[in-house]
Amino acid sequence: MNDTKTANSKDKIIRVDYLARVEGEGSLYVKVKGGKVKDVEFKIFEPPRFFEAFLRGRLYKEAPDITARICGICPIAYQMSSSQAMENALGVKVSPGIRNLRRLIYCGEWIESHVLHVYMLHAPDFLGYESAIHMAKDHGELVQKALRMKKLGNEIMEVVGGRAVHPINVGVGGFYRAPSKKELQALVDELKWCREAAMDTVRLVAGFNFPEFDMDYEYVALSHPSEYAITEGRLISNRGLNIDVSEYEQCFEESHEIHSHALHSAIKGRGAYFVGPLARFNLNFDQLHDEEKKLAEEVTCTPPVNNPFKGIIIRSLETLYAVNESLRLIESYEPPEPSMMAITPKASRGCGCTEAPRGICWHRYTLDDKGIIQDAKIVPPTSQNQKQIEKDLYAYVSQYMHLPKDQLTWQCEQAVRNYDPCISCATHFLKLEIDRED
Amino acid sequence: MATHRKPKLAVWKFASCDGCQLTLLDCEDELLAVAGAIDIANFPEASRAVVKGPYDVSLVEGSITTAHDAERIHQIRRDSKILVTIGACATAGGIQALRNFTDVKSYIPVVYAKPDYIETLNKSTPIADHVAVDFELRGCPISKKQLIEAIIALLAGRKPRLPNYSVCMECKRRDTTCLAVAEGLPCMGPVTQAGCGAICPSYHRGCFGCFGPKESSNAESLSHWWKSHGMESREIVRWFRSFNAYADAFRKESEAHE
Repeated sequence: MNDTKTANSKDKIIRVDYLARVEGEGSLYVKVKGGKVKDVEFKIFEPPRFFEAFLRGRLYKEAPDITARICGICPIAYQMSSSQAMENALGVKVSPGIRNLRRLIYCGEWIESHVLHVYMLHAPDFLGYESAIHMAKDHGELVQKALRMKKLGNEIMEVVGGRAVHPINVGVGGFYRAPSKKELQALVDELKWCREAAMDTVRLVAGFNFPEFDMDYEYVALSHPSEYAITEGRLISNRGLNIDVSEYEQCFEESHEIHSHALHSAIKGRGAYFVGPLARFNLNFDQLHDEEKKLAEEVTCTPPVNNPFKGIIIRSLETLYAVNESLRLIESYEPPEPSMMAITPKASRGCGCTEAPRGICWHRYTLDDKGIIQDAKIVPPTSQNQKQIEKDLYAYVSQYMHLPKDQLTWQCEQAVRNYDPCISCATHFLKLEIDRED
Repeated sequence: MATHRKPKLAVWKFASCDGCQLTLLDCEDELLAVAGAIDIANFPEASRAVVKGPYDVSLVEGSITTAHDAERIHQIRRDSKILVTIGACATAGGIQALRNFTDVKSYIPVVYAKPDYIETLNKSTPIADHVAVDFELRGCPISKKQLIEAIIALLAGRKPRLPNYSVCMECKRRDTTCLAVAEGLPCMGPVTQAGCGAICPSYHRGCFGCFGPKESSNAESLSHWWKSHGMESREIVRWFRSFNAYADAFRKESEAHE
């Protein structure tokens, strides 16, 4: 559904009415006039579903199950951020055992989501296929391997969470039932296989051709003193931001643009910023395991990495991290007792923020004395990256205007897919059009 | 031997979370076999290639919430021999149908600074309210097993074999102790259609109704039981008002306790 019109070589319209291989409905429109980019709109036309409105009046306990339905690809992110926000409001600190189990199920989501994006959504761009299914005709073994890796991510979520899409075992305060040691041990052999497969993946994708394209980004990610942050931490950036997650709204703002059902986020006074694998990798590289660090050096992909197309290498390295971390967590696992902390509702307000596969997912809730939600605010990763995606497209089309129109359109789509945008999340939200005219 | 044209499958999305169509990509062991047996003609989440209709089978995810989508579904119906709705959004309106119990205009300013930019309908409605549906797969999300069974059956020209009994049956089969009887926990198993495999009770949690009301479910009796065990009316309303809130049996029961 792509259409690029050319009046003459200096003017063009790039238009992709329905962006493929992203989660949700979006489109892209770029207008070029007299050899200059005049307008870029990354549109999200996913219909609004009003989660923040209908959460009002619901019990605090229901937030993880309800907010999971914002996104079928990263439900754990929503379950974890909402649980953490409620625990923050109600003054509950979960035990180390519960914390570890949360990290494990989150690793499952990272593996499933990253492998889905690396092989099924992004690699076909680099290898010149319409989809992974088309790719499978020439690279059958590769796609089989990808599916097996993805399946393992899903299995971790199934064992710990009950099922892969919208897990049922995650609640405010912990888990309804802690899995047994034996249930988790059953994952170990496949994780060991997946460790090798993840290393092969890093070496494979590092060999792809990347367009020359370096940007000057402000990266924002969680940071934790003792681990590569996933489930908790302070919000930091490469330009001096260092805040508690409860201070988010003092430093960030959202605006509502006419062309998008997703709100655009910006850092107050500075503008666009970048969340997701590239941000985490550049900010927290030292906290990866030695194995990922060595491999990053081997494929000469160490910080700073400022080419968003190389996000595919970082996702592969993070997949390896999540596999190694899962092995470590299972090795030392003892079922937490109790599996869920006791909670007493009270009038309160709390914030939570965790690292979804595609970047930070921030929640805030206000509760009354019975624990009924009075107010909810949810900022998903894609709405935070939306402004930066438009800036990338602006810079990319300016730099590569000479390319043939079909190639430029495809690469613009690819530039959007660099962010693994989840539009269902952001609408809470995408469409591509490149317009060259006199 | 004559070569047969591969049947064409299309996947369509309306207001939803993408989780049900992701379930197709989650069929890791079967995906390449399915892709070999059929022509995946339209599946934008997975592919930029688009093959024009008509389609032999269309899988439709999501509910109707905009005037544009209310039009779009009619074209999809015209282009599809068999139309299957997948998931609670498509079969019952989804969690976003909570708006149906209030005025959606009150929702818009809660989320959006400029309400004028937002186009939305007052109600989130299932696909069957707009066009004829040949078959539905319940669940929030749908079950992988049921999806594969439906695709195989429809391509073979038979009716998919899916249960219409309650979650309780699945619980008994997997030998899970009844949480409602043994521990007095609220559980929607008796009124909810089977299909998930009774996951929640096996994790020591009452069923919360992802698959929607089973045929001729007695929701009133369940509320009565809950009430006799001290549950307040507004809590009963919340239990029936989640992902299948606008499915008839659950909607009527929640309205009875408002």
